[in-house]
Amino acid sequence: MKFVDEFRDPAAISQTAEEIRRIADPGRHYRLMEVCGGHTHAIYRFGLKDLLPENVELVHGPGCPVCVLPMGRIDDGLAIAQQPNVIFTAFGDMMRVPGANGSPLEHKARGMDVRIVYSPADALKLAENNPGKHVMFFAIGFETTAPSTALTLLRARDKGVRNFSIFCNHVTIIPAIRAILDSPDMRIDAFLGPGHVSTVIGCRPYTWIAENEHKPIAVSGFEPLDLLQSIVMALRQLNAGRAEVENQYQRVVPWNGNQAALRAMAQVFELRPYFEWRGLGFISQSALRIKDEFSEWDAEYRFQVPGVRVTDPKAAQCGEVLKGVLKPSQCKLFGNECTPEHPIGALMVSSEGSCAAYFNYEYRKSAELVGIGA
Amino acid sequence: MATIAAPTKLRFRDAQVEMAHGAGGKASRRLVEGLFAPLLFGADSAEPLGDAAHLDFDGTRIAITTDSFVVRPLRFPGGSIGELAVNGTVNDLAVSGARAEALVVSYVLEAGLPTPVLEAEVRAMGEAARNAGVLIVSGDTKVVEYGKADGMYITTAGIGRAIPGLRMSPRSVRPGDQVILSGPIGDHGITILLARGDLDLESDLRSDTRPVLPFVEALVEVASPGLRWMRDPTRGGLATSLNELARDCGLGIVLREDWIPLRDAVRGACELLGLDPLHIANEGQFVAVLAPEFAELALDALQRTPGGEDAAIIGEVRDAPAATVLGIAPYGGTRVIDMLVGDPLPRIC
Amino acid sequence: MCLAIPGQILELIPGPPLLGVVDVTGVRRKVDLGLLEDENPVPGDWVLIHVGFAMSKISEQGAHEQMQMLRMLGEDEAAMQEVTGYGQGEPPSP
Repeated sequence: MKFVDEFRDPAAISQTAEEIRRIADPGRHYRLMEVCGGHTHAIYRFGLKDLLPENVELVHGPGCPVCVLPMGRIDDGLAIAQQPNVIFTAFGDMMRVPGANGSPLEHKARGMDVRIVYSPADALKLAENNPGKHVMFFAIGFETTAPSTALTLLRARDKGVRNFSIFCNHVTIIPAIRAILDSPDMRIDAFLGPGHVSTVIGCRPYTWIAENEHKPIAVSGFEPLDLLQSIVMALRQLNAGRAEVENQYQRVVPWNGNQAALRAMAQVFELRPYFEWRGLGFISQSALRIKDEFSEWDAEYRFQVPGVRVTDPKAAQCGEVLKGVLKPSQCKLFGNECTPEHPIGALMVSSEGSCAAYFNYEYRKSAELVGIGA
Repeated sequence: MATIAAPTKLRFRDAQVEMAHGAGGKASRRLVEGLFAPLLFGADSAEPLGDAAHLDFDGTRIAITTDSFVVRPLRFPGGSIGELAVNGTVNDLAVSGARAEALVVSYVLEAGLPTPVLEAEVRAMGEAARNAGVLIVSGDTKVVEYGKADGMYITTAGIGRAIPGLRMSPRSVRPGDQVILSGPIGDHGITILLARGDLDLESDLRSDTRPVLPFVEALVEVASPGLRWMRDPTRGGLATSLNELARDCGLGIVLREDWIPLRDAVRGACELLGLDPLHIANEGQFVAVLAPEFAELALDALQRTPGGEDAAIIGEVRDAPAATVLGIAPYGGTRVIDMLVGDPLPRIC
Repeated sequence: MCLAIPGQILELIPGPPLLGVVDVTGVRRKVDLGLLEDENPVPGDWVLIHVGFAMSKISEQGAHEQMQMLRMLGEDEAAMQEVTGYGQGEPPSP
């Protein structure tokens, strides 16, 4: 696969891993946070921690849009879908996330019309093909996904499709990073920046991290070579005492972002005054809502949303794992009460959740591994 | 034969049946081990559960198995429900080390099913049976109301003679044994996913449904003393089959990820949707574990059998990590390959 | 942040909205090119696809430069070893 296989080239990966070992100062312990859940998944999926020296530690950040949604928002979405003739549509990631009375899939098993869609465009098409029903799209994601939701809403308007609405749970990445840096129990030396969010917002929004907080940030791609190269960049900066924004993923990320995407978002969305994040509490100006002029396609306007706040079970430590304060295995419920088969929180069921990634790809490795077929 | 009293309390605690219980992964295994096995098979069943059962009748070993087919859509590139219904049961018997002789079939038909559709499937079954060298000897039909049965559900049960001299068991697996795969994985499951039409994806992929008995025969001919275990990785995919073996034998199975044959289009669809090809159903492949001294011979025999050209050695059995399947990338990175949880849902975020 | 994969535009479907048939190693889908309206996408272009929308063009040049940079890592190290003599760490005294 072009633009994928080159960045999984074994020789280049070995060389880059070797470079990391060469430049990591043995007298120093480096804590690098990968913000994005997609990076967390890639790190475990590709076994990259096997290639890092002991003193380079990767801390998992809160960049999993499913994980940061409080349970109450799932219940709100399901409440909308309880209305007669409503079809609940969402990405596959949402389907097993626990609500207070079960996940969307469990609701489906009890008779609710729940459908997985790959794209918001497919949800719109479903609405066009089912004029007697109302299709509600449960929109999640950071700035990577928000422009697609925005364009879909505009398409709905242009086509005059009225039996379609969006339950908007888009959140923005910068406030999340700020909350991490403001948190007193966090000590992060440098960041691996979210590569796909950056295709939309560009690299400029991270300048304050380098200039005000003096932390290097390397905006990273998702293949093994991308992540390793970003780690090299971060270590080099730290060793040299520099703090800059570097674009490792330059084959895809434009420094100034995607203006068309930003325009679409600005046209359709505005910032909510505040929004509740699992683990990070209420953060102002951190989430998007649909502007009043588009309220016809806003599920929160078309339907009564209960807006009940549901707190996580007391024993669950989702918030601390999300912030990177705890590793997944340090949560008391990990692997016992909470597994991908019976998840207590979204981190164990979202494919971008750090608990799920750790449980699925890492957890059962023993210390002794032997290579085969060298 | 003695019967054992059924236990009063079950290990299976789920409140209701979910789609995941039929997906072939962890939930399916929980249902079988926690509810069906203790109530039907006897609480202390000595042998780990396989796809087919081998029974001894006065010195003759007979194998018997059953499988039901609920696929939607009924027809798809490369095959249809009728073909699956024959090949699936023939294959279950084949990988248990038996040659299918006869099938019985049961149809559950939805009222309103057009006759040409039914005829096409029955013709397909007849054709598949002839192709597989097996007789369909009896059957039953039920009809249910419009809105049930997705058109039709087909169940087949098959009976056959155990191949003499074969003694396969997870307990015979040893560190150093080699894992051989018959061909590319994921073709069937991705073909079905695309054929449903919900994802708006298109490709030239076809289901790989076919009888695997010719390959089993080829293996038996050259490697019978060293053949430890076989499975046809259907629902739940290769990962699930190998995890079942790892748990049953307690050893580690280590795969080189880049040695696993995979078509470009299956890879493309999986990357696009965030699926793992190792969890996708196959209907014409099998995986075998062989003693190392037989591995090259076996591979050669498979590759010379028509349809087996893509067979490959994909890994080996090790002491560690215990009861776990591990994937190794060519650059050395490792990851656990777990059994499927739930249904493979397209991942986006 | 989320799953995005490279694909190649096979043909354009004029809009509005502008769509493209995109190929990902043998799997094809109609992808909305609305987010690339400033960039004039054409058949043959490689784009990054996320939830059925093209997010960005992929720069062959950028990929090439990255591989160059990575190859230099190996050369840098080889050069270092020549200077220091089998990783002793100190350049030989004159």
